[in-house]
Amino acid sequence: MKSASQPGKPAFLMLISGLALLLSGCSGQWGWYVVNPTTTSGMNNLQFLLSGLVNTVLLSLTAICLSIVAGLLIALPGLSSHRPLRGVNFCYVELVRAVPILVLILWVYYGLPQIADVSISVFWAGVIALALSDSAFEAEIFRAGIQSINRGQYEAAQSISLNYRDTMRFVILPQAIKRILPALGNQLVYMLKMSSLVSVIGMQELTRKANELVVTEYRPLEIYTILVLEYLALILLVSAGVRWLERRLQTDERH
Amino acid sequence: MRAQQLPPAISIRGVCKFFGSFQALKDVSLEVYPGERVVVCGPSGSGKSTLIRCINQLEKHESGDIRAAGVALTGGSDSLRRIRAKIGMVFQQFNLFPHLTVMDNLTLGPMRARNMPREQAETLARNYLERVKIPEQAGKYPRQLSGGQQQRVAIARSLCMEPEIMLFDEPTSALDPEMINEVLEVMTELAESRMTMVVVTHEMGFARRVADKMVFMDHGEIVETAPPETFFHHPSSQRCKDFLRQILTH
Ligand SMILES: Nc1ncnc2c1ncn2[C@@H]1O[C@H](COP(=O)(O)OP(=O)(O)O)[C@@H](O)[C@H]1O
Ligand SMILES: [Mg+2]
Repeated sequence: MKSASQPGKPAFLMLISGLALLLSGCSGQWGWYVVNPTTTSGMNNLQFLLSGLVNTVLLSLTAICLSIVAGLLIALPGLSSHRPLRGVNFCYVELVRAVPILVLILWVYYGLPQIADVSISVFWAGVIALALSDSAFEAEIFRAGIQSINRGQYEAAQSISLNYRDTMRFVILPQAIKRILPALGNQLVYMLKMSSLVSVIGMQELTRKANELVVTEYRPLEIYTILVLEYLALILLVSAGVRWLERRLQTDERH
Repeated sequence: MRAQQLPPAISIRGVCKFFGSFQALKDVSLEVYPGERVVVCGPSGSGKSTLIRCINQLEKHESGDIRAAGVALTGGSDSLRRIRAKIGMVFQQFNLFPHLTVMDNLTLGPMRARNMPREQAETLARNYLERVKIPEQAGKYPRQLSGGQQQRVAIARSLCMEPEIMLFDEPTSALDPEMINEVLEVMTELAESRMTMVVVTHEMGFARRVADKMVFMDHGEIVETAPPETFFHHPSSQRCKDFLRQILTH
C-alpha cells in the first residue's frame, strides 16, 4: 500500500459505481437474501459477519504496538558502530523476513507450545506471529528514520553531556518518529490485511466469520463480497487517517 | 601573566588525527590556560574544526595526549561524559533541537545530565537567555527565530551546563551579515567574563578585540602561535602572511 499519489475523486467514484453495478445486476448468479438486512435471517447473518470486526481490529492493533516496540529494539543495534551488533540486526531482519506469515502463525500456534511448554491462546498466537513478522519491517523503518536525523543533533546532544539513552529518548526518537509516522500507518494497513491469515488457527475475526457462514449458507459469492467490502471500508478509513496525518506533519514542518 | 601559573585548562600534545589515510592533524600541540581566549584561524580544510572537535572528543585522535579540565581524554564513555559537561560547544549550524522550545533546548542538559529539578533549570535558563539578550523567546521553537537568535540560543544552551571551557566552531559563518554582530557581541561579553574560550573564526575584528593568543593552522599543522599584535603586524611565516593579506583585504 503506497499512498504516493492521490487516487483522485473521479477514479474513486468510478470504482464505487462499477461495484454497485456489479452487485445489482446479474441477478441470476447473486443471492443477496443471505445478507438482506430487511429479513431476520439476513440481518442475523450480517451481524454475525460484522461480529469479527472487533477481533480483527484488536488483533491488528495489539500486534502493531508490539511490533513497533520490537522493531525499535531491533533497529538500535543496527545503528551501532560495532560490527557484531549490526550483525545481530541483519540476521534478525533477514531471517524473519524470509518466513511466510502463514507459516509463522502455524509454527507459533502448533509448534511453540511443544518447546516452550505453555498453552497459548489463538489470539496471542496470532498476535505473536503477526508482531514477529512485522517487527523486521518496523526495524527497517526505524533504522531509516533514525539515520535520516542529522549528525549535528547527536553532536549537540553529546556536547551537553547527554548519555545514549537520553539522546535517543529526548533528541533523536521524537524527530525520527515524526518522520516515520506515515510509514508506520502503512504498516497498520498491512497488518489489518495480514490478520485475516490468523483465521486458519480459528481466530474469530472477519475472515473466519465469513468462512463459517459460507459453510452453513452455501453463498460464498455474496458473503465473500461482503468480506471484501468490510476490509475495504476498514482500510480506506485507516489510509485516510494516515494521509491526514501526513498532511498535518507536512504543514507542521513548514512552520 | 597571572593565568599562566595555573595548570592549563586544555593541553594538547603531539596529537595526530587521520580520516582513513588522510592526515587531518599533524603532531599538533597547544596549551590554553584558564581564562585565556584563543582564536584559531586558517584556510578551509586546514583542520581547525577537527582540532576543536578533538578537544571534546567528537572526533577521536589516534595519537598524542589531550587533557581538558584537568582530565586526560582517553577513558570510556562515562568519563568522557563528565568531561563534556565541562566543555561547551557552539556549532556553525547551531544544531538546536528543532522539536523542542527554546526553554526545553536549554533545560534538557541541566535536567538530564546534571540532574537539576525543572524549576531550578528554568531559572538557570532564563538567566542565560537574559545574558544572550533574548529572554522573550523562551516559548518559541528554533525555526521561529532568526539565525542570529538561534545561534545565541545555542550559546545559552551550552552556558546552561556552566562549563569551564567554551569551544566555538565558526559560530557566525552560517549567518547573514547583519546578524553576525549580535552574536559576536554576546561572545565578546562572554570573553570579558574571563571564560576560557577557543574560537575558530575568520572575524578578525573580533579576534583583535578579545584574543589573548592567535593560532594559525594550515594543512593540519599549527604554523604560528602568537599574541594578536605580533600576529597581525609581524607574522613570521609566509603562509600566515598570505592568509592574512587575503582575509583582511577581502
Ligand atoms: N569525517 C571526515 N571524514 C573524512 N575527512 C574529513 C572528515 N572531517 C574532516 N575531514 C577532512 O579533514 C580536513 C580538515 O577538515 P576540517 O577540520 O573540517 O577543516 P576546517 O575546519 O579547517 O575547514 C579536510 O581536508 C576535510 O576534508
Ligand atoms: Mg570547519
